[in-house]
Amino acid sequence: MSEHSTSSPLPRYFAIWAALLICTGLTYYAATLDLGSFNAAVALGIATFKATLVVLFFMHVWHAGEKLIKLVVISALFFLLLLLGLSMTDYATRLWS
Amino acid sequence: MVPPTPRRFPLPDSHAAVANANVSRDAHAPDSLQLRHHFATEEQQRDAVNLGMWAFLATEVMFFGGLFAAYLIYRTWYFPDFAAASKSIDAAMGATNTAVLICSSLTVVLAVWAAQTARRTLLIVMLILTMLLGCVFLGVKGKEYKDKFEEHHVPGASFSFDNVPVPGHPDQYANPRHAEIFFALYFIMTGVHAIHMIVGLGIFAWLLAMAWKGRFTPEYNTPVEIGGLYWHFVDIIWIYLFPLLYLIDRHA
Repeated sequence: MSEHSTSSPLPRYFAIWAALLICTGLTYYAATLDLGSFNAAVALGIATFKATLVVLFFMHVWHAGEKLIKLVVISALFFLLLLLGLSMTDYATRLWS
Repeated sequence: MVPPTPRRFPLPDSHAAVANANVSRDAHAPDSLQLRHHFATEEQQRDAVNLGMWAFLATEVMFFGGLFAAYLIYRTWYFPDFAAASKSIDAAMGATNTAVLICSSLTVVLAVWAAQTARRTLLIVMLILTMLLGCVFLGVKGKEYKDKFEEHHVPGASFSFDNVPVPGHPDQYANPRHAEIFFALYFIMTGVHAIHMIVGLGIFAWLLAMAWKGRFTPEYNTPVEIGGLYWHFVDIIWIYLFPLLYLIDRHA
């Protein structure tokens, strides 16, 4: 998508890149800590944050002029969550009885 | 009878309008050769191509989503065995590959910017750098696979995962059958991801050839943008694969 801002996007690109690398180091470090059942949550949370940065700024969804693209992204995420969420509500709770 | 008043402006489909449209297109013919006849403007063509790419990426999300669902279900069931199997993979190599892919995403976004701002040399350099980083990724991946083959951790007849303790429970051994499921998922998910990387390298080789010929201009650079979207998507898949496959219960 075309950039609508007139200023150079380069500082933003490098900032996102640095944030992604820092988050990768953070994931690696967090995995060595004993957070109990929160280890997976922290790892997936950081991964989701990184993926969001890539989608919004590297894939230009934030500046997309076309609203349909945002709709496609959101609907893809919605159906992915439906798939994972409904599967896990079943399999993760089978041992509860 | 009142004579019909002549039309002041040609309707969009009138001969005059069509002829004029052709004239105005021919006026800047070298640039707009890339504009297909069924699109009114380059802007519209750009939006349509982008939307098509995003629809394709949505199907890719579903494709990998099935694999992630299978992974999550088995991980929930056989967590101790998955943790033991995950610990046998070199997490440092996985982290290196994550950093390599993030750097390649930066070079891709710079390539798109170079194409949009008519910087041909920068575009070519960034495309080459992206492909180099992609090759580094595949090389590290190949080393990882080699180690797994030598350790007999590849699912199949010679698979062996005996007497491997569960992390945090030294008295308890992982079930080799369950660990084999982890390695099957590991090879399928990273393998399919690697195939996507190889396809991406092919796309970027084509983009490089086009950029070399000077085919991309600030008006026409959609292929670079679309190829970039694909590359970023493959990067995002790896962003999830890394913590899920390499970092289960590392602390124990």
